[in-house]
Amino acid sequence: MQESLRNDEELLRQSVIELMDVDIFYGTYKAVKEVNLNIPKNKITAFIGPSGCGKSTILRCLNRLNDLISSFKLKGRVTYHGQDLYAKDIDPVEVRKRIGMVFQRPNPFPKTIYDNVAYGARVNGYKGDLDELVETSLRRAALWDEVKDKLGESGFSLSGGQQQRLCIARTVAAQPEVVLMDEPCSALDPISTLKIEELMQELKENYTIVIVTHNMQQATRVADMTAFFNAEAVGNKGNKVGYLVEFDQTEKIFSNPEEQSTKDYVSGRFG
Amino acid sequence: MITTTIGSLKKNSSSPRVILGTVMTGLSGLCMILTLIPLIAVLFFVFVQGFSRLDTDLFTQLPPPPGLDEGGLANAIIGTLVVVGIAVVIAVPVGVLAAVYLSEFSHGNKFATSIRFATNVLSGVPSIIAGIFAFGLLVSSGIVGFSAIAGGVALAVLMLPTIIRTTDEALKIVPQEIRWAALGVGAYNYQTVLKIVLPAALPGIVTGITLAIARAAGETAPLIFTALFSNFWPNISPQGLAEPIATLSVLVYNFAILPFKPQQELAWAGSLILVLLVLGTSILARLATRRKVY
Repeated sequence: MQESLRNDEELLRQSVIELMDVDIFYGTYKAVKEVNLNIPKNKITAFIGPSGCGKSTILRCLNRLNDLISSFKLKGRVTYHGQDLYAKDIDPVEVRKRIGMVFQRPNPFPKTIYDNVAYGARVNGYKGDLDELVETSLRRAALWDEVKDKLGESGFSLSGGQQQRLCIARTVAAQPEVVLMDEPCSALDPISTLKIEELMQELKENYTIVIVTHNMQQATRVADMTAFFNAEAVGNKGNKVGYLVEFDQTEKIFSNPEEQSTKDYVSGRFG
Repeated sequence: MITTTIGSLKKNSSSPRVILGTVMTGLSGLCMILTLIPLIAVLFFVFVQGFSRLDTDLFTQLPPPPGLDEGGLANAIIGTLVVVGIAVVIAVPVGVLAAVYLSEFSHGNKFATSIRFATNVLSGVPSIIAGIFAFGLLVSSGIVGFSAIAGGVALAVLMLPTIIRTTDEALKIVPQEIRWAALGVGAYNYQTVLKIVLPAALPGIVTGITLAIARAAGETAPLIFTALFSNFWPNISPQGLAEPIATLSVLVYNFAILPFKPQQELAWAGSLILVLLVLGTSILARLATRRKVY
């Protein structure tokens, strides 16, 4: 008991991103309510839960990608190393530089493989050796051996799984501290999925990873911490609001969760 | 026991449905041929009439004075290039940037909706109105008088809606995820648009610009009372651009109604060159679209 308490404290001290009483609105419609969550450093944190519970919405609010949706509003605090991400004087571009994102569907730029990876470094005014950065990023994404002879070809010439790893290389090349992944394997075959999962294990030594996944096996395979979200109906118009049910070590969530609904979800009784 | 009778699978050529199908197919084919007749006839006629005068003189000589033979329409060819060039210089940056605003930065606000509506209205405005606009703005006000610049402005007004619309459409086709990806690695909006979105949309934009050029190059009405006409070599200098200038379309208009055979022949040759110009730009546009990114 003592030990676990100390572990928790250490975890808190090492958290990179903290969410405090976060409510998210689209216009007047409340999509997510009262989320409190600490994302630990150099760990993989998985967000699981049924569709429409706001996992992706919460993920996107961690690097202010939701800013692109004009009706989006956030209440509460999201901090990154103690800085309020939604303070008035924060530049969202600086936020996204440090908190990168990999998307559900592979979305390489219509450019060469090299330029895809180099883009983030270029826009950020990278001063070092670009060739070297491209190579290390592609190596980190476990793609180098497959593309080293065709860096000048279009990113579209790769297979879906390779494209997704290219997108990971692109994110890594921008040298972020945190990598957000929004169901990165949902469009991929099992072999590519496995490669990306292995990749995540390697990446977590240098990065903090947050992954949204529909695949519970995936969460058990890769995640150190798991947050289970659920949605409940509000009013009578079929609106749903998402909330955090439980956040704990992945093992605990899947073997011995505190909440009944978590138990039901992870044992496949709903969702 | 259920017994089913298997009917014949052969085509029953006397059935009303089969007959109707055949008749309708024939009818639509006929209409297709009918629509092709004017197109082919125009091309054929222009080719036959204009081809006899298609020689080197045409591209190197000035038009002859009334009553004389020979000569060419080199000044009008250069003039068309100059006037269209001025129009391109004005309309392309303005049009492309306006479309970038509409598609990338307006977030679909009311202002953008009204601009899109205005663009659609402008694209339906008769070309002579664009001419009157440039005439009132630059010629009758005495700012530049009848000139290549006034003609270029009139054509630019005509080109703008096409460029704005096609660029807007081309930008909309670029998937949203690409913009997210660019922003996700820490790009500013302008970097996203300049380095990712515009290059991805470039083939569509180029197509729109070439189509706008093709349309503008053939316009006559807006040039008659802006660029006017000239029987002399165009003077391509800042002062020269403020003087009247010959263009192919106005030359065709002027010479076709003269009672002199050489001038009429030149008008045909001018038409042929215009048709070839439009054909050429259309082919270029096709080639550009073929390299589509999305």
